[in-house]
Amino acid sequence: MCGIVGLFCKSAELEPHLGHHLGAMLAQMDDRGPDSAGVAVYRNPAPSGACKVTLYSADPATTWEAVCGELAARFGGAEILDVRAKHCVLVVDTDALDAEEWIREELPELRIMSAGRVIEIYKEVGRPKEFVEAFRIEDLTGTHGLGHTRMATESRVTTEGSHPFSTGFDLCLVHNGSLSNHNRLREQLRREGIAFQTENDTEVAAAYLAWRMREGATLEEALNGCLDDLDGFYTFLVGTADGFAVLRDPIACKPAVMAETDEWVAMASEWRAIAVLPGAAAARMWEPEPQVVYAWEKALA
Amino acid sequence: MTAVEAAAASGTETVDLGTTPLRELNRRLHALATEDGPRHWRVFNPDGAHAVACGLDADVEVEIEGHVGYYCAGMNKRATVRVHGNAGTGVAENLMSGLVVVDGSASQSAGATGRGGLLVVNGDAAARCGISMKGIDIVVRGSVGHMSAFMAQRGCLVVCGDAGDALGDSIYEAHLYVRGEVAGLGADCVEKELDERHLDELRALLRTAEIDDVDPASFRRYGSARNLYNFHLDHAGEY
Repeated sequence: MCGIVGLFCKSAELEPHLGHHLGAMLAQMDDRGPDSAGVAVYRNPAPSGACKVTLYSADPATTWEAVCGELAARFGGAEILDVRAKHCVLVVDTDALDAEEWIREELPELRIMSAGRVIEIYKEVGRPKEFVEAFRIEDLTGTHGLGHTRMATESRVTTEGSHPFSTGFDLCLVHNGSLSNHNRLREQLRREGIAFQTENDTEVAAAYLAWRMREGATLEEALNGCLDDLDGFYTFLVGTADGFAVLRDPIACKPAVMAETDEWVAMASEWRAIAVLPGAAAARMWEPEPQVVYAWEKALA
Repeated sequence: MTAVEAAAASGTETVDLGTTPLRELNRRLHALATEDGPRHWRVFNPDGAHAVACGLDADVEVEIEGHVGYYCAGMNKRATVRVHGNAGTGVAENLMSGLVVVDGSASQSAGATGRGGLLVVNGDAAARCGISMKGIDIVVRGSVGHMSAFMAQRGCLVVCGDAGDALGDSIYEAHLYVRGEVAGLGADCVEKELDERHLDELRALLRTAEIDDVDPASFRRYGSARNLYNFHLDHAGEY
């Protein structure tokens, strides 16, 4: 089944309350995905020349101050922005590519959940309602955010196999559905130099988008490429540094509802997740057409 | 006095799904098939729950005050179910008889496989509205999504707005009436003449659906070209 939610703030007044609303939406999707949950939020851009990474440690003995110290020693500067459950968000004085490579090499016990300038990803196994509480989703701020509740089909229930998936800088994907050609596509993408952390089908779709955009495609072109190159059924919600986009496969059997007011744009698997937003009753509401890319973007501050 | 208390005081049976388990509501409604009981019910705080008022078989009216999830009023017989909100996937699926009214919009597969009765959607209905309908009548005040009336066998689908792509694909003998634009017709679905017989049928359905500001003559009718009924090599690509 799985549940998807997304919220894009058109009005800056909503941004301090992004987490509050995203958490309420996610809680509505609790029974669609009892296995795991996750969110991606976009906020507090790292200063120019620096990057932001979200790291995860399965080992409770990890001290983030020590990790931060190692990063600072290597790159000249690093700072902890936030610690939530087993996740830590750090700003590092280098670009995302260097930071990611070095962490993979030198701190292999850590998982990189996201890297870029603005993205932060939090995800964990267990009931979504417990996730919302444990990660204090309530007090997250941001310009836009995505969330997912997972009922696992294609791979094991692990933190790494939870959504959102990120394989490109500031890029993430949540997915409802399942892909049938992900094994072959994963091999092709590996030959293009893309690294994978799991056997999950959604990670392949995220990697596909990252690869297409690395090769020069716009987000819209990359999404349209999915229609030709991915086999399976899907409703995708893709987050980028400045917005999000929605795409459904040609049959569009996986649910999706969208709504828009002057204050926000929202997307969810079911209307009840949107109904908790302020002004939802008066929102313009529709179900996205198959094979059509719907995108909202905001200029970065 | 809250809305729940006010309704209870008026003699209507009220159920608050915020405090009552859904299974208890459905069990009590199912019991009306064989036992006496209240004939007017109001259900509060549905909060998008799935399978609300499913499988009823009694002369009873159920009003749901809010949004419902999947399969609301599925398999309904005789009962009237009114949703004062939006409905999720498969509202009134396999409707046998009775009336289901959605004030807001309905998600995909509204009225799927229905065998009788009437479904009225006052907003829009999404993809696959009336898929495999077998005798149900469906009236949509707004528009319907792609692949509506796919393999529709019997009954009427009335759309006051527009229809999405592949309308009536592989249709049998259902009657389709669309007032607005049709993005595209499915295999073996063609436009047909709207004669007096059809106008009468349309008029009666709009009246029952309480839609009185729409002229029946402004609709166009679609139905089966009947070319796919028997296998023909020339049509092999369309099966």
